[in-house]
Amino acid sequence: MGHTFDELRAIVGDRGLISSAEELHTYECDGLTNFRVMPRAVVLPNTTEQVQAVVRICHRERMPFVARGSGTGLSGGALPVENGIVISLARMNRILEVDFPNARVVVEPGVINLDVTGRVSPQDYFYAPDPSSQSICSIGGNVAENSGGAHCLKYGFTTTHVLGLEVVLPDGSLVHFGGKTLDAPGYDLAGVFVGSEGTLGVATKIILRIVKRPECVRTLLAAFPSTNEAGAAVSDIIAEGMLPAAIEMMDNLAIQAAEAAVHANYPNCGGLLLVELDGPVAEVDALMTEVKKICSSNGAPEIRVAQSDAERALVWKGRKAAFAAMGRISPNYIVQDGVIPRTALPQVMSEIERLSQAGGLRVANVFHAGDGNLHPLVLYDRRIAGQEEAAEALSSQILELCIAAGGSITGEHGVGEDKKKMMAKMFAEPDLATMQRVRCAFDPLQLSNPTKVFPTPRLCGEKPGEYVPHSAESAGIAERY
Amino acid sequence: MDAATKPEASGLHSALRHKFMAIVGNENVHAATAADAVAGVQPKLVIEPGAERELAEILRLSNEAGLAVIPRGNGTKLGWGNPPTRADLILSTTRLNEIIEHAWADLTVTVEAGCTIQRLQETLAQHGQRLALDPLWPEKATIGGVLSANDSGALRLRFGALRDLIIGATIALADGTLASSGGKVVKNVAGYDLPKLVTGALGTLGVITRAVFRLHPLPRNTRSFSVAAASAEEAKRFVVAVQDSKLAHTSLQCHFSDDTSPVSDILFEGTEAGLAAQENQLRDLAEHAAVSEASRSTWTAREELWDFSDRPCTAIAKISILPASMARTMKLVENIANRQQVRWRALVYATGLGWLRLEGKPEALRGALHELRSELEAQHGSLVALHRPEKMPAFDAWGSAGDALPLMKAVKQQMDPKSTLNPGRFVGGI
Repeated sequence: MGHTFDELRAIVGDRGLISSAEELHTYECDGLTNFRVMPRAVVLPNTTEQVQAVVRICHRERMPFVARGSGTGLSGGALPVENGIVISLARMNRILEVDFPNARVVVEPGVINLDVTGRVSPQDYFYAPDPSSQSICSIGGNVAENSGGAHCLKYGFTTTHVLGLEVVLPDGSLVHFGGKTLDAPGYDLAGVFVGSEGTLGVATKIILRIVKRPECVRTLLAAFPSTNEAGAAVSDIIAEGMLPAAIEMMDNLAIQAAEAAVHANYPNCGGLLLVELDGPVAEVDALMTEVKKICSSNGAPEIRVAQSDAERALVWKGRKAAFAAMGRISPNYIVQDGVIPRTALPQVMSEIERLSQAGGLRVANVFHAGDGNLHPLVLYDRRIAGQEEAAEALSSQILELCIAAGGSITGEHGVGEDKKKMMAKMFAEPDLATMQRVRCAFDPLQLSNPTKVFPTPRLCGEKPGEYVPHSAESAGIAERY
Repeated sequence: MDAATKPEASGLHSALRHKFMAIVGNENVHAATAADAVAGVQPKLVIEPGAERELAEILRLSNEAGLAVIPRGNGTKLGWGNPPTRADLILSTTRLNEIIEHAWADLTVTVEAGCTIQRLQETLAQHGQRLALDPLWPEKATIGGVLSANDSGALRLRFGALRDLIIGATIALADGTLASSGGKVVKNVAGYDLPKLVTGALGTLGVITRAVFRLHPLPRNTRSFSVAAASAEEAKRFVVAVQDSKLAHTSLQCHFSDDTSPVSDILFEGTEAGLAAQENQLRDLAEHAAVSEASRSTWTAREELWDFSDRPCTAIAKISILPASMARTMKLVENIANRQQVRWRALVYATGLGWLRLEGKPEALRGALHELRSELEAQHGSLVALHRPEKMPAFDAWGSAGDALPLMKAVKQQMDPKSTLNPGRFVGGI
């Protein structure tokens, strides 16, 4: 390894290579801290050429690598791999090009999500995907996870806003997917790459679409006796043919936590609904009147519309701080991310309540209610023997509820390390084997974040179905699990 | 013995044909006729499976036997892409046409590949919803065909392309594997996004058997306006200004041609109050240009481009450019058309996607398409030839796929190693 380290150092410079155990600890996990693996080294390239040179060495040495942005992921996607290195894109943080007439921005992967909006907001544009961590998460990480956010109900996910990518493939070659113009001839490889959780290569340049700010934005808060009434109001809003920019829901425990953390001035109720409409003033005013009526008729005694940008910002601050706020009411908690068809909400909520009581653990609920994305937060105390295990079990049971309801095991946090075992519950073997074929086209040696996403990694060239030992396996240099 | 079972008529081993018949029933295996030819290549059999499993099984047997399979819906876009290098059988999805589940309260629909766009839209409309897409020939075009050809129209500006609307897909691979990916919920990041991979793949990776889409509400009211421009430059300035404004328009397109002044159309959807306010803003923004109310039919202008009697002398191409280079591109088209002595008409959307119709001698058409493609590719754009008259000298339908072509070939190799599906029809000989 010494020689390889020297080569890596020659590429990224002394300050671009981290190899001391002390400094490596920073990189042993991402936002999901219960999985930890020490990488052999971390490299911090400055340029695409450096990324290519590093990946070529990994390819030559058959050394796995994991690309990392800001490390805010919540599924262990950026968790290092045994005997592998981490490629941190944090130093590649330049906004390379801003093109307002065509509403395109070209960035490096380490650019922070909110900095894109910061750069284009003087001209009244914004970058639409807004994960709650947007002030620290990177665009490269957003691409890997296909991040969503509260406003993706109307504006779409990261994949909608990525028009093109420059990618270093796992053999070190440089390729371009999509571009500044739409429908480039060929397969939609950008569409496959976004959300592939770092398993298909490393993005080094990203062409983004930016959006003109709407004429007005109005945010309504409605307090309901429980999440059931709030959910019924959401159904009515959708049935009326409205597509709000965001619909968020919080239950009482989540409200308490958010209040304790940021004093968002939320009404104390069983189910809080936040509805945001945006667009032309006349349109939004007309629709907001209807939303108010719908909330009243579904039993909301208190309805408020934020009267200023400051009030609106505070309303959102409470929502976006909701995960972290759990620290105020519980020593430990697990953030879950599941999706259900929105109409299954009352049934799934009552099941979660039942599981919560049976397990003796509190569950706070924060939802992107418009699209059925649930974030149940399972609260526990690690110091109490058995509680952590019970919380993990409860959290998994919630995902099984989501699958049973026809939903998904992840809406925006990704599969990563955390949920790879659940993949076999959501997909059948032929489904997973077909995804594996795509992976083998990109990464036949399986060097790029190799142990993530899929439950049973299969060597490329291996036939699914009948068990045939791969030559590497027979030779004792690879194993399956 | 009917034509389909005559060994000498098909060149297909009769035992294999009997296996096909055993799977789908005798009545669903036909000898192909001249009308089934694919870009001049004559297949031998047409098979119409009635279930996904049947389709997958036909595909598996064909793949084992080394046959070339051409998937087909209603065939409205069968001429798109290069002629196949081989074509043995047409695998028709027309009997797979069920609307499996319209979960209207969840704004999703699960539908089989052979269902037409129009029938789907009529069903969705019963609950005030739509697939927010306006492809060509909705009365005939099928879900599978529209997906495979990645067709989209004016609504794309607001609602995105098929890639943004499809949330799940089941595909039959050449080896008979039936694989699902995505799901039935709008928000879902579990596993690779294979629905996007097969969208626009022209059936070269697998046969789409069903798809799940996110839906949008039908608009409460709509208003369309046309705005005249004295020049392409003026039309472009209008488009860029609208895109940079606070208007919440749904569609925006420009008509250009060699003998008329440019006209832009804009579509608004929403409440009456909202529409009235937007009309006022539009009139302010258009300044001195004439703004007139337009009929809803202006949004099917794309179909009119295809309305030609003179097939041997007409070519149609899809171009992709940066929206702000619209005027420059039209000037380019004009210069090339003059040089090559061809007539031209174009419809360009504010997304930068456009449709170009050229009329002239076949050699001149090829010359014009070739020149224009070189120019557009140099500006990060593309030109895909969709209709080429038979007598036109050979011209690749796709143009350059860039430096990702080897990877695309690797994906094809993984999914369809024997090149059973639509061989030679896609980019780079895929």
